[in-house]
Amino acid sequence: MTWAIVLAGSLGCYLLKYLGLAASPALLERPAVRRAVELVPAALLAALVVVQAFTDRQALVLDARAAGLTAAFVALLLRAPFLVVLLVAGGAAAGVHALA
Amino acid sequence: MAVGLYGAAFGAAATAAGLSVLQTCTLSLLMFTGASQFALVGVLGAGGAPLAAVASALLLGARNTLYGLRLAGPLGVRGLRRVVAAHAVIDETTAMALAAPHAAALRLSFAVTGASLFLGWNVSTLAGALGSSLLGESAQVALDAVVPAAFLALLWPRLRNSGTDRVVAAGGAVIALALSPVVPPGLQVMLAAAAVGLGFGWWRR
Repeated sequence: MTWAIVLAGSLGCYLLKYLGLAASPALLERPAVRRAVELVPAALLAALVVVQAFTDRQALVLDARAAGLTAAFVALLLRAPFLVVLLVAGGAAAGVHALA
Repeated sequence: MAVGLYGAAFGAAATAAGLSVLQTCTLSLLMFTGASQFALVGVLGAGGAPLAAVASALLLGARNTLYGLRLAGPLGVRGLRRVVAAHAVIDETTAMALAAPHAAALRLSFAVTGASLFLGWNVSTLAGALGSSLLGESAQVALDAVVPAAFLALLWPRLRNSGTDRVVAAGGAVIALALSPVVPPGLQVMLAAAAVGLGFGWWRR
């Protein structure tokens, strides 16, 4: 089953990339298409942030990941580069875990 | 350098979610779009339904379609070259290509960024997948925190540049958390994205 998910997801993601290069640019002129494609990632990424940080299966939890996310937020506010954000998040979570 | 850590984090996260090393590396080779890959293994790791895992990856992958629409004209690729170039249409290559001063530089920048990212992403994925079993508990905790932090970092430019995106992101986060206890893992992410993104899109049309 996992192989089917891996291959179907990969094929679908490739086709989405190819569609952009092959489709008529006029598609982008349609406001509904443009708005949906521009807005959905913001909602999706935000949903992934909170689900990955604050849930364990179906339970809402507050653990070391919350500390990591908070540290990442501060790092981003300070305009830290991507790598630093990830290192700071990992370090803060490991630190809190060690103290707890 | 950043792609190395992000790729290693993906390799470790994927194997922690129950994928084999081969499945993990196949994702990086064939899907080759980081956020979609993290979403897919995140949903699987949380015990989500197969359809929810694939759909989350596709919803995130749809932004590559928009990049492709923007790049199609200046890249000007046809036939087999378009089949190959399409695989490299992702966040980083689009940003680098669109920053180029003219069309020839754009094509070169796209090709160089695409090839080096593909190599770095796949090598670091393999390293992360193989190395995760050697990691101690502290390193596992750290990696668990790297995933949401990476999603936040990907979201950040949108939060900084657009008030609309801030509203959409807040809505997505609230709906996803509210639905988490009541729907199967993974589905809350899709429902939140669809509800907020599409709803707001149509409302503001």
